[in-house]
Amino acid sequence: MNIDILSHEKNLLKSRARIAVADCDIHPSPKSVEIEIFPFLSKRWQEYMKTYGVIYRQGFPTGPAFPKGQPNAARRDSYPTSGGKPGSDLAFMQSQHLGPNNIQLGVLNPLQCAQGVQNQDFSAAYCNAVNQWQIEQWTSKDHRLKASLMVPYEDPLASVKEIEKWAGNEHFIQVLLLSRTAEPLGQRKYWPIYDAACKAGLPVAIHAFGYGGAPVTGGGWPSFYIEEMVGHAQNTQSLLTSMVIEGVFEKFPTLRLILVEAGFAWLPALSWRLDKLWDRMRDEIPQVSRPPSQLIREHVWLTTQPMEEPEVSNQLLDTIEWIGWENLLFATDYPHWDYDDPSRAMPIKIDKHQKESFFLNNALKLYGLEQ
Amino acid sequence: MPKYIIGKVDQIPPGDRKLVEIRGRQIAIFNLSGDFFGILDRCPHQGASLCKGRIVGLVESEEPGQYTFSRQNEIIRCPWHGWEFDIRTGRSRCEPNKIRATQYPVTVNDKDQLTDGEYITETFDVDVAGQYLVITV
Repeated sequence: MNIDILSHEKNLLKSRARIAVADCDIHPSPKSVEIEIFPFLSKRWQEYMKTYGVIYRQGFPTGPAFPKGQPNAARRDSYPTSGGKPGSDLAFMQSQHLGPNNIQLGVLNPLQCAQGVQNQDFSAAYCNAVNQWQIEQWTSKDHRLKASLMVPYEDPLASVKEIEKWAGNEHFIQVLLLSRTAEPLGQRKYWPIYDAACKAGLPVAIHAFGYGGAPVTGGGWPSFYIEEMVGHAQNTQSLLTSMVIEGVFEKFPTLRLILVEAGFAWLPALSWRLDKLWDRMRDEIPQVSRPPSQLIREHVWLTTQPMEEPEVSNQLLDTIEWIGWENLLFATDYPHWDYDDPSRAMPIKIDKHQKESFFLNNALKLYGLEQ
Repeated sequence: MPKYIIGKVDQIPPGDRKLVEIRGRQIAIFNLSGDFFGILDRCPHQGASLCKGRIVGLVESEEPGQYTFSRQNEIIRCPWHGWEFDIRTGRSRCEPNKIRATQYPVTVNDKDQLTDGEYITETFDVDVAGQYLVITV
């Protein structure tokens, strides 16, 4: 009889055999806000946070709007052996995820911290602190990891300042917004952010979730977490529609948009519907000079997790072809519970070129990290 | 099929589980009130370690607003995506005929039943009287 836990060497051997992967959605957390974030916050905001806490723009005073599928929305095996929250220990992330899965590029998207905070000045200071923290704790220690530039998006002018502050800094590879905002994201209030991102040469990533104050659906507050999970697709379709129709891609022809963690199989149907109506109502929105599907193809990328899993798996192939292989970016969502494993997530056989594009090269090309 | 001695019965108390490796396979051993079950420690969905999941019961509903709770502590819930598997059968709750965790039979044997050379004990000394767990892989 043999009893032993899989050794480190075996994990290493496995990783060598695995395809190189860009993971476009990893969620880091501070071990402790006081220890890791406070050094980057002024005394004024440290005291404010200790006294008043963090008030988000949402109907419930604390915590997420819906309970999660697992505690902290995390894989139950992702709690670092050193203690602390999932995603809070670089060494553990390296040994559980980055190494064994052969991650060559990992894009950090900090959630549930500085964005969507109602006090705008605090949100701006907190975003700046989280930006410094990402470099200090993560990207300067592991060069596979890249940071997302957090901006207090409900205050676009403060957001522009934050983007200008970091423009050209190699640690940041995208500007991060959340999908649920006070107004639909195509509206002009948010345009300065897109302008600044284009000038800085950074794509804008919009991650599902957020704190718009409105329900995730167009029809009121749903009862169950599963409805929120499905709702991200609805919500993201609304923001994408808003951006297309308001003329954001016409105004900012170099804007590159990444939709994160909202699924992707809905995109072909949305594009078909938009094109059909655009033909008929073009004079309502003359600012949209080309079929919406063309604008989406040229300007929009989507991360894959959580992948749709149709019963007939080849239907996924059709869907991806309708979207375009080059428009998808693989992501795991580590350490969250709905994580997609790179060795298991793609249920269909695809050729070597498609595989390398899907898992790695699309991301390297988009982020300008090709060798 | 070869039989392997996993260890002594009292090493896995009721309600507990233990991960073992046999012939390169990770297998989770569960003790449900004295009944032992072995399940390949790889979720058939995306490969997570089932041994790290939570052991739960079965919630069912005849109609909206009515709930039953049964099979307490007999269902393993995957630590990633929450797929539920019946520890006794390996079958998934959602698609019992299509998706199931691979099972290996585990039996309880007295020491004096283990002397015929049929059992593989590579690194485990069977030198104490008592009951031993045997898995067929």
